[in-house]
Amino acid sequence: MKILVAVKRVIDFNIRPRVKMDGSGVDLANVKMSMNPFDEIAVEEAIRLKEKGVATEIVAVSIGPAKAQETLRTALAMGADRAILVQTDGEVEPLAVAKILANIAADEQPGMIVLGKQAIDDDSNQTGQMLAALLGWPQGTFASKVEAGGDKLTVIREVDGGLETVELTLPAVVTTDLRLNEPRYASLPNIMKAKSKPLATKSPEELGVDITRRLETLKVAEPPKRKAGIKVGSVDELVERLHGLGVAK
Amino acid sequence: MSVLVLIEHDGNSIKDSTLATVTAGSKLGEVHALVAGSNVRPVAELAAKIAGVAKVHVADAPHLDHQLAEEVAPVAAKLMEGYDAFVAPASTFGKNIAPRVAALLDVMQLSDILSVEGPDTFTRPIYAGNAIATVKSNDAKKVITVRTTVFDKAAAEGGSASVEQVDAGQPAGLSRFVGIEASESARPELTSAKVVISGGRAFGSAEQFHGLLDPLADKLGAAVGASRAAVDAGYAPNDYQVGQTGKIVAPDVYIAIGISGAIQHLAGIKDAKTIVAINKDEDAPVFQVADIGLVGDLFKIVPELMSKL
Repeated sequence: MKILVAVKRVIDFNIRPRVKMDGSGVDLANVKMSMNPFDEIAVEEAIRLKEKGVATEIVAVSIGPAKAQETLRTALAMGADRAILVQTDGEVEPLAVAKILANIAADEQPGMIVLGKQAIDDDSNQTGQMLAALLGWPQGTFASKVEAGGDKLTVIREVDGGLETVELTLPAVVTTDLRLNEPRYASLPNIMKAKSKPLATKSPEELGVDITRRLETLKVAEPPKRKAGIKVGSVDELVERLHGLGVAK
Repeated sequence: MSVLVLIEHDGNSIKDSTLATVTAGSKLGEVHALVAGSNVRPVAELAAKIAGVAKVHVADAPHLDHQLAEEVAPVAAKLMEGYDAFVAPASTFGKNIAPRVAALLDVMQLSDILSVEGPDTFTRPIYAGNAIATVKSNDAKKVITVRTTVFDKAAAEGGSASVEQVDAGQPAGLSRFVGIEASESARPELTSAKVVISGGRAFGSAEQFHGLLDPLADKLGAAVGASRAAVDAGYAPNDYQVGQTGKIVAPDVYIAIGISGAIQHLAGIKDAKTIVAINKDEDAPVFQVADIGLVGDLFKIVPELMSKL
C-alpha cells in the first residue's frame, strides 16, 4: 500500500509569534520555520507502517512556497521515499489544500493519507476531514493509535469523553493527535541521502485547482492580555482568598 | 439568515456545548436544530425545549448511531440546501463533522469562532491563541464551529420548537463504531465546571497526581485537568489535557498546581475569571497571568490546603 503524507511549513513551534504593527498578520520575516509538529507525527506514523510491512511507499506532499522544499527534504530524511511540492506563494486555505491533495490522490492512488490534525499557524483543523469528504473516504481524526489489518484500519481517536475506536474501510484518511507517536530525528547520513531522493514540483493551475481565497482576513490583533495579580505568602492567606471567591464556602 | 445548529448529544442528553452554540447561532438569525442518531426522539424533545430554537429536525436511523462523520455529514449537507449557515460546537464532535459538511458544500469553514461581528464577519484565534484574526467569509453559505466557552449558554428550558422527521439518507458504510473507553468521573465536566484544578509534571507520578488532586477536587466540587506535560508523562488520561490542543476551559476559578505555564497551556485557560497558581519556581510564566499566586512546594501546600479549606 502506498501512503500519502501531507506536510506544511509553519513557524517553528518554539517561536512566539508576533503580530505586525499594522495588524495585517503575523510577522514571519526572518523567523525560523519548521515542519508542522502534527505533520511530523504523520510522517513518523507512515514510516512505522512501512517498517511493519503495511506500507510499501511513502510520498510526502507539501503545498507552499519554494522553501517548502526544505520541509519535504526533512520528510525524505526521516524516511519518505519521494516528494511532491505544489508550489504557490501566499496562503492556501484548507479547502483548496484538500482539493489539491484529492487531485494528487486520484493520480497516485494511495491506500491511506495521513496528515496532522491541524497546523499550528491557522489552527483550522479542517484539511483531513475535507479531503476525506472530497474523496468519499472514511476518516480517523485525532488518532492516538492506528492499526492496519487487511482492507481495514482500526483507529483509536482522542475525543472529549475519552478514547473512541473506529474501524475504517481502506482507502482512508487519518489525522494525527499528539500521542500517536514520538517522531524520530533524521540522522546525518539520511539527511545526505534525502538530497538525492526525487522531488517533483507542480502548480495548482497544472492540477486544475482554483485556490482563490474564500476568507478575507480583515485584521490580526494581539489577544487581550491578562495582568499578573498578587502573590500571597501563606496557605492561610490563599484559603482566605479562595473563600472570598466563593470556593469551598 | 437561517441557521442550522448541530446538536451534540450522547443518545440521552444534550451536551452543554450545544447550548453555547445555539447562542452563537442566534446572533446570525433564526436557529433550527439537527439531531442525528438512532432512537433519538427523546433527544429531539429536549432540543425542542432549548430557548431560541424554533424548529428541530430529527434524522433517526440505525446507521446514524454514534454519529459517525461519514454518516452525519451527508444528512447535514442535504439539509443545508435550505439554510444559510451551519453551526457546530468546536468540540471533538463538531470538529470531526463540520469540515466534512463544509467540503460537501464547497465552503471554507470558519473554525473556533470567538465572536460574531456581522453576518459574514467573525473573530477566531490563530497561532495557539497568540493572535486573534477578524475574518470575513465570501462564501454564500457559512460553516462555523464555535468556541463554546466564550458564548453564554442558552436556557435548556423554555422553548417549544416543533419537531420534524427528516430523511436520514442511506448508510455510507465506510466506517464502523467499535467502542468507547469513557473516562468515568463523578466530577463536573472540565469545559463546564465552575472550579477547575489542574496539575503539571511537578507531581512526579500518576499516584501522586491523583492522590493529591482528586481529594482536593472532590472537596471543592471541581473538575480535574492536567498540563500536556503531565498527560504525556502518563500521570493523567489524554482527555484531562487543558490547553490549545486539549480542552479550552473557562471556569470561575482555575487552580494551576505545579504547572509552569507553557504558551499552549495558557491559551486554554485565558477565559478563566480568576487564575490561581501554585508553583515552587517564582519565575514560572504562569505567575505572569495568575491573579493569585503562591510560591512553594506543592507536596506541602496541597495537604495543608486540604486540611484548611
